[in-house]
Amino acid sequence: MKTYMCIVCGFVYDETLGRPEDGIAPGTLWTNVPDDWACPDCGVAKADFEAVQV
Amino acid sequence: MSANGVAPVVIVGAGLAAWTTARELRKLDPSVSIALVTRDNGDFYAKPTLSNAFGQKRSPDQLVTTPAAAMAANLHITLHAHTTVQSIDTASRTVRVHQGDSTRTMAYSRLVLATGANPIRVPMAGNATHAVHTVNHLDDFRGLHADLSALPQRADGSPATVLLIGAGLIGCEFANDLAQGGFAVQVVDPAARPLPALLPAAASEQLRNALQTLGVAWHLGCTVGTLDASPGGAHRYAATLSDATVIAADAVLSAVGLRADTALAAAAGLACERGVLVDAHLQTSVPDVYALGDCAQYSAAGGRTLPYVMPIMNAARALAATLAGTPTALVFPLMPVAVKTPVLPITVAAPDPALQGQWTQDPATIDLHEGGAWRFVDAAGVQRGFVLTGKQTAKRMEWSKATLA
Repeated sequence: MKTYMCIVCGFVYDETLGRPEDGIAPGTLWTNVPDDWACPDCGVAKADFEAVQV
Repeated sequence: MSANGVAPVVIVGAGLAAWTTARELRKLDPSVSIALVTRDNGDFYAKPTLSNAFGQKRSPDQLVTTPAAAMAANLHITLHAHTTVQSIDTASRTVRVHQGDSTRTMAYSRLVLATGANPIRVPMAGNATHAVHTVNHLDDFRGLHADLSALPQRADGSPATVLLIGAGLIGCEFANDLAQGGFAVQVVDPAARPLPALLPAAASEQLRNALQTLGVAWHLGCTVGTLDASPGGAHRYAATLSDATVIAADAVLSAVGLRADTALAAAAGLACERGVLVDAHLQTSVPDVYALGDCAQYSAAGGRTLPYVMPIMNAARALAATLAGTPTALVFPLMPVAVKTPVLPITVAAPDPALQGQWTQDPATIDLHEGGAWRFVDAAGVQRGFVLTGKQTAKRMEWSKATLA
């Protein structure tokens, strides 16, 4: 399981936790997060996230 | 001038607005010449992380996500770091820039002002007012971080105390972060409750109580009258409040709001009020000169300044399209703001302050011990804003769809 950070605002997507409030179940791999999902904090697209070690 | 003789698009600033404009423009136009002029080093960092770093034990250097040189190389732009724009001549389409010992003139085809804002400082008396920190830039944060990190261990093991002036969004985020980072936090604000401009009273009350559980002490309805050094005292400073309370503190942080930096624009004769006035295409009062971000006052937002991340992203995308040859009017969507107070997460979609209407709490959340949901309904009965706290923030997407921007 990896984490990805929004390069704009620093919001972190953790594959382990998923994003249940957006309909993304815990354990959902980043590649399976829908392309139209946007950063909940700043609204940027999935493409503006990068893999990070947190 | 670039190789083909056409002057570049010159962007002034290196914050989110400047870098995002460069990035979005480069996506749309692989060949346009872009120059970015900044008085700092130009490193890219996520500014919202400045008020979350202590709790996450991240150092200032760790907040830089992409160094300036890598940004410039990736985007194929010319970076002029540690360079100050002294003046703009809109008639000759040039800017006067100063770096080190030299001053020169740089031509632009289009000029983008992303000069940001300056922290407001409230006047106070006393001999230690120079010690007051404000944080609106990574370098400011370096100063605060160094100051707090250098505080000696206290003999009795009690935590160092930070006096925090301001109970708005950034003030509350810092209160949470510093408390989580092990400091005793004392918050002073003339308002009667935290986040008065964004939240209905009941939501403010939840936030006040939640931060109190972390040990945050509130001095609401108060201002700081004097700040003096306490030589030989147990704490470095003593602040006397308007209600005569004396607070002993080891560091002082002021977060009372921002004022758009319009100095350069105003000196060039661009129309400014609370910010640099821009039309729906982000153009200032002078053709081919644009502004966005914290320095801009948007006609697309009813003449408001909007110092938040989402408005910047929307503005940068629209401006990039315009600069790439497709004039694109900026239309702001609903832009919920996440207040990063982990002890009580809050999502606010603030209604336009000019709107008449009323806040009502979602009845299903009234008896909850943690979290709540409030909607702002206008005179016509349409939902135009909302506030979600605690676990209710999970309804962010659902409530956004039900709210008219």
